[in-house]
Amino acid sequence: MRTTFILSLLFLCAYGYGKTKEEFPVPRPPFTEGIFPCSSCHEGMEVNPKKRELKEEHRSIKLRHGENFRWCLDCHDGQNRDKLKLVSGELIDFTESYMLCGQCHGTTYRDWKAGIHGKRTGYFSGKKMYFLCVHCHDPHNPKFKPLRPEPPPMKPKETKHGR
Amino acid sequence: MADKLYTRRDVVKVISFSLLAGSGLLGSSCVNKEATEEFLQRHYLEMTEDEKKRVVKRLEERYRKDYGVKFNISTEAAKKGTLWGYGLDLSRCIGCRRCVYACVRENNNSRHDPQVHLIRVLRLKKGNLINLEHSEHYYNPEHVPEEGFIYMPVQCQHCENPPCVKVCPVKATWKEPDGLVVVDYNWCIGCRYCMAACPYKGRVFNWAEPKIPKEEINGEVHYLGNRPRMKNVVEKCTFCIQRVRSGRYPACVEACPTGTRKFGNLLDQESEIRYLIENKRVFRLKEDLNTEPKFYYFFSL
Repeated sequence: MRTTFILSLLFLCAYGYGKTKEEFPVPRPPFTEGIFPCSSCHEGMEVNPKKRELKEEHRSIKLRHGENFRWCLDCHDGQNRDKLKLVSGELIDFTESYMLCGQCHGTTYRDWKAGIHGKRTGYFSGKKMYFLCVHCHDPHNPKFKPLRPEPPPMKPKETKHGR
Repeated sequence: MADKLYTRRDVVKVISFSLLAGSGLLGSSCVNKEATEEFLQRHYLEMTEDEKKRVVKRLEERYRKDYGVKFNISTEAAKKGTLWGYGLDLSRCIGCRRCVYACVRENNNSRHDPQVHLIRVLRLKKGNLINLEHSEHYYNPEHVPEEGFIYMPVQCQHCENPPCVKVCPVKATWKEPDGLVVVDYNWCIGCRYCMAACPYKGRVFNWAEPKIPKEEINGEVHYLGNRPRMKNVVEKCTFCIQRVRSGRYPACVEACPTGTRKFGNLLDQESEIRYLIENKRVFRLKEDLNTEPKFYYFFSL
C-alpha cells in the first residue's frame, strides 16, 4: 500500500515536472545581426553590474520596461552571457525566454501556452511553430508598435463599372 | 381520341431524340467538347470519384492554358470528427488588414475590377460595439491602431444554420460535414439570393472575369475553395478549405501580426478554440438570428 502511495507520488511529481518542462518549438529569436553568441565579445570582460548609460555598445537599446527597477543583469546572466537568468537563478536558453517573461506575466504566459496569446503557424494538428514573446514584443521596449495599414477596399465609384 | 394528332408519349420521344441529336452534334465538334462536358457536369455532391477525377483533369488543363501555371486541384473530403471553428480576439485586432490581403493572395481572388475581398475589417467607436450601422471599413489613417476605436474583421461565419444555403434555388451551396459552407462554382447560377440572405455580408459576386497577376497565382487549390472562379458566380471565405483539410492554419491566421486570429477543431477538447470558448468572454455576431455561427469573437483582456 505504502509503496503504491510513494510510487504514485513520484509519478505525480514526475508528471508535474514534465508539465513545467513542456517544450515549445520556436523559430530563432530575433537577434540583432551578428550579435549572438554574446560571449564572443563578453568573454573575459569584467562584469559591471552598475546601472549606467551604455556609451560604447548597445546604444540602440532604450530600456522602457520597468526601467526604474531593472537593469541588464536582472535577466541576462553575468557569468554566462549566452544564457538568460530566472529569478530562481536557473539559467535558460534564449529560445526558452518565455519562461523569463512568464515570471511576471503569468496570465499571459498561461494563455500563450494554450495558444490564445501570441501566434502559431504550421500544422495545428501536428508540427507547429510558436512565436516567442520577443518576436512581437521587443523585451527592452515591449509595447507593440503601431503599423501602417494595408490600403482600404475600393469604393464602388472607384471601380471601372462604378457610377 | 382519334382526332388527336400526337400523344404525350410522342412529344416526349421527339424532344428527347432531338436533344440527343443536339448533344451528339455538340459532342462531335471538338471545339465545343470542353463546353459540352462542362454543361453536362453534375452537381459536386452527385459526382462519383471517377467523374470528379475527370472534372479535375479538365479544369487543371484549362487553368494551365489560361494562367500558364501548374494547378493541383484537391477534392479532399471532410475528415471524420472535425468541426471547424474560428476565434477572433477583439482586444488585440489593430485593423492593419494584413489578413485581407493574405486571403486575397491565398484564394486567387480578383485583384481589381472586380476587387474581391472576403474579409471586411470594420472600425467601430469604442463603446459602440453593438452598433454595426455606424461602422466604417474604408478607414485609412497613417498608423493603426487609432485612439478611441476598435476593429472587428467580419467574414463568412460558417453558420451551423446558414440562411444562405436555405435560399439557394439550385443547391449550389451547402454545409459540409466538417461545418464549412462551400459553393460549387460550376453549379452557381449567379442569382445572388445567398448574398441577400447572409446577415454578415459574407459573400461576394464576381461581376467580371477575375483578374489575377500570373506570378501571384496559387496553384495549390481545392475544388470547393480557392480554384480560380469565373464571371457571374458568388464566392466566399471557406476557412481556406485547401489548407485546413490538410491540417494547416488558414492564411489569415498565419498572416495576422498580432495573433488575433485563432482556429481549431471544435470537437477536440485540447484545441485552442475550445480553450478560448471555455475560458474567455465570447460572443457570436447577431446571435439573435439563430444562425449559430462557428465564428467566436472574444476578449482576452
